[in-house]
Amino acid sequence: MSAPNKSYDPVEVEALKPEEIERMRDEALAAFAAADTLDALQEAKVAHTGGTSPLALANREIGALPPQAKAEAGKRVGMARGAVSKALAARQAELEAERDARVLVEEAVDVTLPHDRTPAGARHPLTTFMERVADVFVAMGYEVAEGPEVEAEWFNFDALNFTPDHPARQMQDTFFVQGPQGADAGGESGVVLRTHTSPVQARALLERREPPVYIVCPGRVYRTDELDATHTPVFHQIELLAVDEGLTMADLKGTLDHMVQALFGADMKTRLRPNYFPFTEPSAEMDMVCYVCRGESVGNPDRPCRTCGSEGWIELGGCGMVNPKVLTACGVDPQKYSGFAFGFGIERMLMFRHNVEDMRDMVEGDVRFTRPFGMEI
Amino acid sequence: MRVPLSWLREYVDLPATETGRDVQAKLIEVGLEVETVEQLGAGLKGPLVVGKVLTIEELEGFKKPIRFCTVDVGSANGTGEPQEIVCGARNFAVGDKVVVVLPGAVLPGDFAIAARKTYGKTSHGMICSGEELGMGDDGWGSPRTESGGGIIVLPPEHEAGTDAIELLELVDEVLDIAVTPDRGYALSMRGVARETATAYGLPLRDPALLDVPAPNSFGYPVKIDDPIGCDRFTARTVTGLRPEARSPIWLKRRLQKAGMRPVSLAVDIANYVMLELGQPLHTYDRSQIQGTIGVRRAGQGEKFTTLDGVKRVLDAEDLVITDDRGPIGLAGVMGGANTEIADHDSEGATTDVVIEAAHFEALSVARTARRHKLGSEAAKRFERGVDPQAASAAAQRTVDLLVLLAGGTAEAGVTEVIAPTAPRTITMPADHPDRVAGVVYGRETVVRRLQQVGCDVYGQDDLTVTVPSWRPDLAEPNDLAEEVIRLEGYENLPSTLPKPPAGRGLTERQRLHRRVGRALAGAGFVEALSYPFIGEGVFDQLGLAADDPARRVVKLANPLSDEEPALRTTLLPGLLSALRRNDGRGSHDLALFETGLVFLPREELKVAGRLPVDRRPTDEEIASLTEALPVQPRHAAVVLAGAREQAGWWGKGRPADWADAVEAARTVAHEAGVELIVEQGQYGPWHPGRCAELQVVVDGAAVRVGHAGELHPRVVKALGLPARTCAMELDLDRVEQAGDGVLRAPRISTYPVATQDVALVVDKDVPAAVVERCLTDGAGDLLESIRLFDVFEGEQLGAGKKSLAYALRFRAADRTLTVDEASAARDTAVALAAERTGAVLRGA
Repeated sequence: MSAPNKSYDPVEVEALKPEEIERMRDEALAAFAAADTLDALQEAKVAHTGGTSPLALANREIGALPPQAKAEAGKRVGMARGAVSKALAARQAELEAERDARVLVEEAVDVTLPHDRTPAGARHPLTTFMERVADVFVAMGYEVAEGPEVEAEWFNFDALNFTPDHPARQMQDTFFVQGPQGADAGGESGVVLRTHTSPVQARALLERREPPVYIVCPGRVYRTDELDATHTPVFHQIELLAVDEGLTMADLKGTLDHMVQALFGADMKTRLRPNYFPFTEPSAEMDMVCYVCRGESVGNPDRPCRTCGSEGWIELGGCGMVNPKVLTACGVDPQKYSGFAFGFGIERMLMFRHNVEDMRDMVEGDVRFTRPFGMEI
Repeated sequence: MRVPLSWLREYVDLPATETGRDVQAKLIEVGLEVETVEQLGAGLKGPLVVGKVLTIEELEGFKKPIRFCTVDVGSANGTGEPQEIVCGARNFAVGDKVVVVLPGAVLPGDFAIAARKTYGKTSHGMICSGEELGMGDDGWGSPRTESGGGIIVLPPEHEAGTDAIELLELVDEVLDIAVTPDRGYALSMRGVARETATAYGLPLRDPALLDVPAPNSFGYPVKIDDPIGCDRFTARTVTGLRPEARSPIWLKRRLQKAGMRPVSLAVDIANYVMLELGQPLHTYDRSQIQGTIGVRRAGQGEKFTTLDGVKRVLDAEDLVITDDRGPIGLAGVMGGANTEIADHDSEGATTDVVIEAAHFEALSVARTARRHKLGSEAAKRFERGVDPQAASAAAQRTVDLLVLLAGGTAEAGVTEVIAPTAPRTITMPADHPDRVAGVVYGRETVVRRLQQVGCDVYGQDDLTVTVPSWRPDLAEPNDLAEEVIRLEGYENLPSTLPKPPAGRGLTERQRLHRRVGRALAGAGFVEALSYPFIGEGVFDQLGLAADDPARRVVKLANPLSDEEPALRTTLLPGLLSALRRNDGRGSHDLALFETGLVFLPREELKVAGRLPVDRRPTDEEIASLTEALPVQPRHAAVVLAGAREQAGWWGKGRPADWADAVEAARTVAHEAGVELIVEQGQYGPWHPGRCAELQVVVDGAAVRVGHAGELHPRVVKALGLPARTCAMELDLDRVEQAGDGVLRAPRISTYPVATQDVALVVDKDVPAAVVERCLTDGAGDLLESIRLFDVFEGEQLGAGKKSLAYALRFRAADRTLTVDEASAARDTAVALAAERTGAVLRGA
């Protein structure tokens, strides 16, 4: 860089002459305009804005000028450099836009290509449906209770008012666990695979000691049926128990109505029919309007319904007012408290809700069956 | 209980327009489960008439004997000429009355009848069998055939040309009712009629209201040794039965429609009266009884042959009917072969009979029937409760029918042995049904409904209710409430919602089960729910050691399959079966999971006692039940085979391997908020070099919770699995115990990260997890994360060595780290690894 020189006349400095600066500027602008690729523009950028470009060199000379000349020369060079960098940016944007348009077209792919690199997993619909049913009641304030699947006969039968000779306690219905002496001794163990989720009723009452008790219990149960299209020895139920002061059958009916409406739609209705169960009195069988035909197949031979056999109603399960004997066996005062209970087969509900035709599909663990159900149901 | 509508109308004057479906709906409302309404004779169209066989020409030369007949059908064919009919059956003779269907008629099953050429003749119609008319083929054959069946041969008194549709009552509706165990009375026409009358608000003609002569001392002698087992025994005698008497058509038809097979007149009458009144009866051939009829318990091991010809060894609890020789009947279950009514065609046909109408204890009959696997119609009724006060009426009805239909003479002797019982009463507040139902019925309605059921009711605010003899099931106030509510209509109950106290939602454990399922499904695993039944042979296939605790199983006394008598102690057998099944069905790239209980016997096996039910059991009593149950922890397991990542247009796939199985364990542990410790392990089912032992820290101590890795090739072979199947199983309850509770949020520093890579050379058998733990411990608090990004083995390292390359990221919470600080932290990390594992910085 030249040393400052008080007597230096700016006009005398060749590079700072106005026409020189204009020429430098114009050359730069022309070079940018002529650049037709980003690479060419980069070259022009180095040539016309880089450290050794004519305008940069001219700028350096300003420092050598006497103070009175600096301002004018600085202004002149600055304006030129401003114009150049603006033109550069504009051209840069222009060429980038052109490139983008071209390259993005070139980069286009077939988005219809399949992508199943890692196949999705899924939870079993029986699991997710049980959760969904339970959640309906959890939302009402019920809690979820659990119990063992290998259960004492007392919980599974006696506490529920099944007499020792009740037919359900026979070998043709119930899996019995071998006694401690083994098979040959034939001794009894007093232990069974629970035949229903109802023993959890007794457990819940005994654990909580004093009503109110509002619980649901989803779970696995066992009966000695061979597997076929409509039976399975291992299946699932959901049990409900409410024990409180002043509970009535009308409360039972309302709770059932709420459940089917939450699970199957607001227009669903239930129907109670008298029935008999040892652990409820009065007892009822509960039906809901057929989910498939909504009752329209009744008396309508042109539109038969396979789901309900054109009956218009589907049997869901048993229910009733908790037998006072059950309350007594569980230490709850039947004079003070009453309760209601029901239990439903989950498989059956799933079968008509999702049009499952064969029980075995829910049992065998075939991924083709389970996968479409995903995470929730 | 099958109830023909035509029969039901005999007791209740139902409107003529009322169909079976209408009655079904009404009965369902009051609580009788009418499952179906069978339409008998649906689509049947005449002419179907009585015909008299005039001639029979046997046609020769066909594969089976064929008859060409002429039959007099009166004027039913319009001409009065004999009808020419070809027939393949042979159980009729010239002069027999048969049922003839003429051209133009339609038989059940849309079977249109027309004249047709067959066997070289033209057949103008058909001679019918019971089956062709949809009435069952039993009990209709002519006396000349052994077993019945074939062509219907009618009694001779019916005129040729008579309409047979009406004669044989072919058009009817039958209600099929599934009777619940508490409603024994509904196993009779009388009981169903009572419900029908109440449902329609019509009067009932009670068939049990008969004139019965008073008991006297000259009836057949009966002695009851066990008045608990038998509290009532009526015996009547009828003599002089005509051996040739047959059951009339109406009797046979009613039995058939009710689902019973006509046998012989005396037996048919007993069955008919049982159906009508619900009282099982037994008819003895009097000439075969010797001396006094007795009722007692059997001797242990006493032998007796029942009517079905089976010789039975009796139990000391069995109640038997005896004569001087010994047992002649299993009380309430089945009679004996030694006093059976002789068939009317055999020599020495029965002419004199003794009728038994008794009442036996329900439980005793149930046990005997079950013990001898004899589910008779009589036992079915006694088990559910028979009206003891209908016994004499039933005996009388039987006597009347034998006199009427068999030409017998009723002897004047009437035996009745009765153990006195008090009527049963229940007291309850008059508003009890209201409080059970949540509806205000009012006292008047309650009383009226109970009276309709057959109760006597006294009292105002508190009712004293005497229940009818046919309702042994009514014992508690709630039983009476049910009667009122069902007759008022369950369908009229309002719908209200109780107000439970505010709930606390799911427990942590319940949430964890859901989270684990979601996380595994999210990682590509599909849930399978397998049966818990296993055979113990699977433990050998899984390569478990002889003393492996998992070999101790809970066994079933009555397994579905003798191959699988035990309950699972591991989820693997079921899950691997599902894997194999999927593979066999063409799905080869598989990742399955299951969470479920396993069943582990306790050290000491105990019997679960029978606790009382009349009070709350004590805590000790409850604990005694718990001690008799196996431990039932929840396990989680996964199995993998085939590709974990598929090959495709994007490039290569990746086979599932041991690391995926271990990763699944980490996924589960992560959901539980637990740090999983993975160590090199060895356990039967797994490849000895590719087995991770999974541990968690519970109460400061590391406990093993399971294993993961590639299965042992021997196991893969023994179980027929795809090569290199991988698996993981862990005890989810244990993992849950190790959880820290609520997660504490990490502090996020916004200062820049300082990255340092190190490659350490260690002996090949030093586990990477150990090296990583050293680096982590040595690096101190500045270490934000550590990641192994390469494992390398090669000649330049020397034999038995491997290089582990780690990326260490350092960051401080309060400042930007200098290069020197990061390097110093790295150096202490490496130094600790060097000290503990002999690691050498690569290139150093």
